[in-house]
Amino acid sequence: MTQAAAPTPGLAGSDRARILALRRRVLQALGLLVLGAIVVIPAVWVLFLAPTTGKWATSFGSAVHDPKDFLITLLNGITAAALYFVVASGFTLIFGLMRVVNMAHGAFFLFGGYVALKLQRHMVGEGGSFGLSSSQVNLTHWIVPALVGTVAIAAMGLAMQQLFLRWNQGQDLRQALITIAVSIILADQMLAHFGGVAEDIAWPRNWDTFVNLRVKGIQYTETRLVILAIAVGIGVLLWLWLKKTRTGMVIRAGVDDRAMVSALGVNIQLTFAIAFAIGSALAGLGGVIGGSFASLAPGVDANWLLYSLVVVIIGGMGSLGGAAIGALLLGITTNFAAAYLPSNYTYYSIIFTFVLVAIVLAVRPLGLFGRPE
Amino acid sequence: MSRVTPDRVVGVAALVLAVLAPLYLSSYWVGTLLTQMLFLGIVAASLIFLSAYGGMVSLGQVAIYGIAGFVVGNVTTNGNTKGLNLGWNPWWGVVLGLAIAVAAALLFGALASRSVGIYFLMITLTYSVIANLTFGQVTDVSGFGGISGIPAPKHIGPVDAHSNRLYYVALGVALAVYILLRYISRTPFGLTLQGLRDDPVRMSSLGYNVMLHRTIAFAFAGFVAGVGGVLFVWWNGHIDPASIDLSATIDVLVIAVVGGLYRIEGAWVGALFFVVINNYSQQISFIGPRFHTLIGAIFLVIVLVSPGGLVGLWDRAVALSPFRRRGPTDRNPIEAGQVEPSV
Repeated sequence: MTQAAAPTPGLAGSDRARILALRRRVLQALGLLVLGAIVVIPAVWVLFLAPTTGKWATSFGSAVHDPKDFLITLLNGITAAALYFVVASGFTLIFGLMRVVNMAHGAFFLFGGYVALKLQRHMVGEGGSFGLSSSQVNLTHWIVPALVGTVAIAAMGLAMQQLFLRWNQGQDLRQALITIAVSIILADQMLAHFGGVAEDIAWPRNWDTFVNLRVKGIQYTETRLVILAIAVGIGVLLWLWLKKTRTGMVIRAGVDDRAMVSALGVNIQLTFAIAFAIGSALAGLGGVIGGSFASLAPGVDANWLLYSLVVVIIGGMGSLGGAAIGALLLGITTNFAAAYLPSNYTYYSIIFTFVLVAIVLAVRPLGLFGRPE
Repeated sequence: MSRVTPDRVVGVAALVLAVLAPLYLSSYWVGTLLTQMLFLGIVAASLIFLSAYGGMVSLGQVAIYGIAGFVVGNVTTNGNTKGLNLGWNPWWGVVLGLAIAVAAALLFGALASRSVGIYFLMITLTYSVIANLTFGQVTDVSGFGGISGIPAPKHIGPVDAHSNRLYYVALGVALAVYILLRYISRTPFGLTLQGLRDDPVRMSSLGYNVMLHRTIAFAFAGFVAGVGGVLFVWWNGHIDPASIDLSATIDVLVIAVVGGLYRIEGAWVGALFFVVINNYSQQISFIGPRFHTLIGAIFLVIVLVSPGGLVGLWDRAVALSPFRRRGPTDRNPIEAGQVEPSV
């Protein structure tokens, strides 16, 4: 167990090498076969097999049987992925440059949502017992809280970085523990100030409608399309920022070799601060959108920390493209699992998140786009 | 071997005090606080073992602890609660619970074994959150409300009536776990593990199978965490998804870090500190129910000031005193700084 086997006596070195190579090829083929089965079987199930009656009945039946609900599920997956991307891109930006795993990312998400919620209630009024309804809210009442929430979290992230993390650069485990401490305190304070009841931010009334997509007569929720548009916009802006501006250039160089960038006379501390603020801002913005799309409650922070972690573990740490692919895989997997598992077993869909992580880790331990340091 | 050092004096004194505790402490202290301290310490010890000897700071221990607890709950209850209600003998429940916990730990460990440091931290955190959500959603085995009325074995329970019995069982198990972990760290396996912690590339060139060793270490730590989970369900009689949520996961990390991430003893020091603060902070007027703010702040200060935790402070004090502890000291993974991902 502890030591590699000594060369088998009686075998020439080249024979041994050949046997090893053969064994490796067989193992690789087996691995690919298993992987193929894991991908192909669910795909065939969703496309052709899923029944609507009997023991294994699903809600919609196969894609061939019910293309409309298949398309809706696909759109739901993509729009969920959009929000995953917004949140996880901030996480991966911070990690890529500074090697800081911001475990407070989920708490920042929740806090950003609460800031926007409170501001919206302040602007419009408390609303009824179920909070505000969209008919009372216009575009300004959503966009202003969203911006304030985003900026507040940017400031909070910046403060955390300057106060605690800056002095511990290079000690990545210690930095992760510091962010965990911040997340404990934040989560507890949010519970104290905002209570344990789930609340949500109201969408503006002009977004809270359905859009006719003119495909198979699908009426689709406009707010989900808004989320998709915001995510695409953020993706493009981040891409332009990283590729076309000087700061972006420094960040990309810093991801590859921090010490060298610093030695070239670039103010890397300033770049770190900017990246941390932007990364946190994305968590805050994600929280505002997530709080409008779903709801804000204690425990939501853990879910969003999980989504961010899963997205970057799948996509590869520090890669923006990886975050996009990871978000898509996560969004599509979870939505299809929830919609196409047999109706009696839909609550098993959470397992598929684990399966997704497990497959990626087994095949590419650094994620799909991850690079060794 | 029989040299008298401050560590040994304190250790023996603590053991004697623990054995005699029911004589001089109220049954609330023994049955609630100290028993809780013992099983939380066992879970934290499994984390410290992985961290100190393997360089793997795992946030997945609570997931495995929960898996063992839920399995015991499902197979030993009968009727009147959620889950499978198989009604087995509690001892068979222990066997199956630990077997499934170790199997899960083998799988988790194998998947994470190519990573160390913060990557390992992140991957194991996803295990914990996913385990929490899974038990929350899968109503066949638990669901949101969890499983109630989990019995302890005949000779130990009922726990409410005989709280000292479970206390002594937990004390014996904790002592056994401590001795076992210390022993393992001195075996060739434990030494190899420490070699992998310090330089995986070199160990790999020497012919050691890095991933296999990490996986086995994780499975072994999973066994220890599972033992903690079994004691927990006997003590509590109930387990629900909130018992293993993110907050519980972080509590165990806090215990390990506050105690000290590089010596096994730290687990119980941290656990005692944790349960006492948890119990008495509510009586301080300006803290009240805000226990987690307090413990978060303490955690922050410990991480910033003394990465070795309370045991680290003690070691520093001893090092300054005339009774210096000689011999090789274990490396502190936090002070060791950057842990690079291995290939």
